[in-house]
Amino acid sequence: MTESTGAWPVIVFLVQQMWYFSIPLLIVALGGMFSERAGVVNIALEGIMVIGAFSSLFLINRLQDTMSGQGLLCLALLMAAGSGMLFTLPHAYASINLRSDQTISGTALNMAAPAIAIYVARTFQDNHVQQVQFRNTFRLASVPILGDIPFIGPLLFKNTYITTFLGFAILIIAAVTLYKTKFGLRLRACGEHPQAADSVGVNVYHIRYAGTLISGALAGVGGLVFVIPTSTDFNATVSGYGFLALAVLIFGQWRPVRVFLAALFFGLMKTIASAYSGVPVLKSLPIPSDIYKMIPYITTLIALALTSKHSQAPRASGVPYDKSGR
Amino acid sequence: MTNRKRVNVFGAGFTSALSSIIAILVGLAVGFVILLATNPAQAVRGVGIIASGGFNGGMKGVGQALYYATPLILTGLSVGFCFKTGLFNIGAPGQLIVGAFAGIWVGANASWIPSPLLWLAALLAAALAGALWGAIPGLFKAMLNVHEVIACIMCNYIGMYAVNYLIKNSNAYDPLKNQTIDMTRAAIPKAGLDKIFYSLKGRFMDASSVNGGIYIALALAVVMYIILNKTVFGYELKACGLNRYASKYAGIQEKRSILLSLTIAGSLSGIAGGLMYLAPAGGLHINVVETLSAQGFNGIPVALLGLSNPIGIIFSALFVAHIDQGGYYLQRLEYMPQIIDIIIAVIIYFSAFALLMRQAIGAIQSRLNSRSAKRREGLADAQEASKHD
Repeated sequence: MTESTGAWPVIVFLVQQMWYFSIPLLIVALGGMFSERAGVVNIALEGIMVIGAFSSLFLINRLQDTMSGQGLLCLALLMAAGSGMLFTLPHAYASINLRSDQTISGTALNMAAPAIAIYVARTFQDNHVQQVQFRNTFRLASVPILGDIPFIGPLLFKNTYITTFLGFAILIIAAVTLYKTKFGLRLRACGEHPQAADSVGVNVYHIRYAGTLISGALAGVGGLVFVIPTSTDFNATVSGYGFLALAVLIFGQWRPVRVFLAALFFGLMKTIASAYSGVPVLKSLPIPSDIYKMIPYITTLIALALTSKHSQAPRASGVPYDKSGR
Repeated sequence: MTNRKRVNVFGAGFTSALSSIIAILVGLAVGFVILLATNPAQAVRGVGIIASGGFNGGMKGVGQALYYATPLILTGLSVGFCFKTGLFNIGAPGQLIVGAFAGIWVGANASWIPSPLLWLAALLAAALAGALWGAIPGLFKAMLNVHEVIACIMCNYIGMYAVNYLIKNSNAYDPLKNQTIDMTRAAIPKAGLDKIFYSLKGRFMDASSVNGGIYIALALAVVMYIILNKTVFGYELKACGLNRYASKYAGIQEKRSILLSLTIAGSLSGIAGGLMYLAPAGGLHINVVETLSAQGFNGIPVALLGLSNPIGIIFSALFVAHIDQGGYYLQRLEYMPQIIDIIIAVIIYFSAFALLMRQAIGAIQSRLNSRSAKRREGLADAQEASKHD
């Protein structure tokens, strides 16, 4: 019994930390899912996260003397979604209308994003600093009533953020949209066989725009959701999280529930990498921090190696749609 | 009539180069707009500084541009070589840093090798380590069907953290500056370039960091050109890139091509790291920071802009290094140097349209062709008629 009381706080700590890392992965990977299932590969997720995080945190930085708490966070979330969507437009235009190489325009966005974030931050902030500082007034120490539930309370409803619940909401909405609505059916058709979809009157271009822009909005939100619990300043990077989200998407086989499980797994790996010093057992091991930091990336490689052999990407993903090819 | 040789008004090479030049002009135009939005008063001067690049700093500035172009040529070759095989090598940052560390480690430890040869041994180590780091995603792609983009990106981060760890636990670490030590014995010779690219500070010759590495980079570009265009091996790789199923049908071992292509690309990026950091005093050092190498990533725009042609890559690397130096001098006007990265991103974005532009140029071309063909036809008819008279 003494052991369980000793281990329990550590488990609670790890699970609470895990949400901070898993939820943004989940949101961004679901975004990628909408894009790829519509037939557009979006490797710009990383860059879109940077832009979403930057614009919304810059907003928080400017407004935090007049506003605080959940109202400000909601405003920032809207900003992140909007800016993410706007930043994705060039990629959508290039890959849908111009039928250009989707990897290349995605790479262009990935290169532009941190440069834009640093340029704007250094131009508009005092002393030309590139870090955008913010005060974290968004943490919920305990959700009323729900936080007092034994067992589940501390794991889910203490030391948390509304963004965690937003992540769950997005998961449910995404699954329902994809499988239970007309739009979802059309979206999947455009990613598998756009010619067939077109032949029954679905506008492939519109659906692909919708999918890509949804991915932009979600990736933007994911950027903000990633930075808020884990830092107090933003330094124009989300440390490869957008790419990890792509791996989560592949590992989750482009299906919402599997993506959720994959996000939990990678979130846990990332938690171990960054919060190992809070776990007595791991801290006492003679493993240096640089090695811990490699864990998420190594496990990603291994996980992909084990699952990619029979990986089934949406068939038309990454293939530009050409009406004349019908 | 239909079999008559098509008259190419512009020439194929020119058509391709034109799409890159258009992308560059659009990029610079976007840069100008950003400068205008930031501080309209200085915008025109700002664009002038970007366009004159290294020349802002006299001969030393030009030398610095050449020094920065050296790794870019190689990472550009690395990415471009993979493009030719139909692979996207976004792993150059990892391959570069792993190669760089191997080079530095040999430079600091292999004291039994005589000094004039040490840099060569270090460079070989860099090439081998880079090749290993390229072979990993190659194996994952060829054997396990893991997408090379994801595998390369994971290897970038693993390589970066591994090198950070290894530097801190090696004798090549300078803890005060949190970077690698000076390479004195293993530095690449200046090859007389310090006598050309310097600026005078009083009576002191302030030489730039450019060194013999630029010759190595240029020579390797020529070697890659020969491999791609004049050998069976290169032909097979390109065939895989154009149509993997057709080349498989023709008996080319596709998996072997993938693995070899990424391994060679890795060694090129590794050499890039070696040439960058095995520089004489005043050159770069590996900083122990958690940032991926920009020179590695910039291989992508260099390769795209050079249309993956090794000779084209030389010019595009020189261009990127040139405007990068322009960004450095742009700070005189209180503009932020990151504008150069934005310009480069815009250039890549528009080079993604290259196909579209080439189609448009092709359309103009064929219209001109058909017009001139008609004229010639008319001329021939007239001659025919006059003969009969």
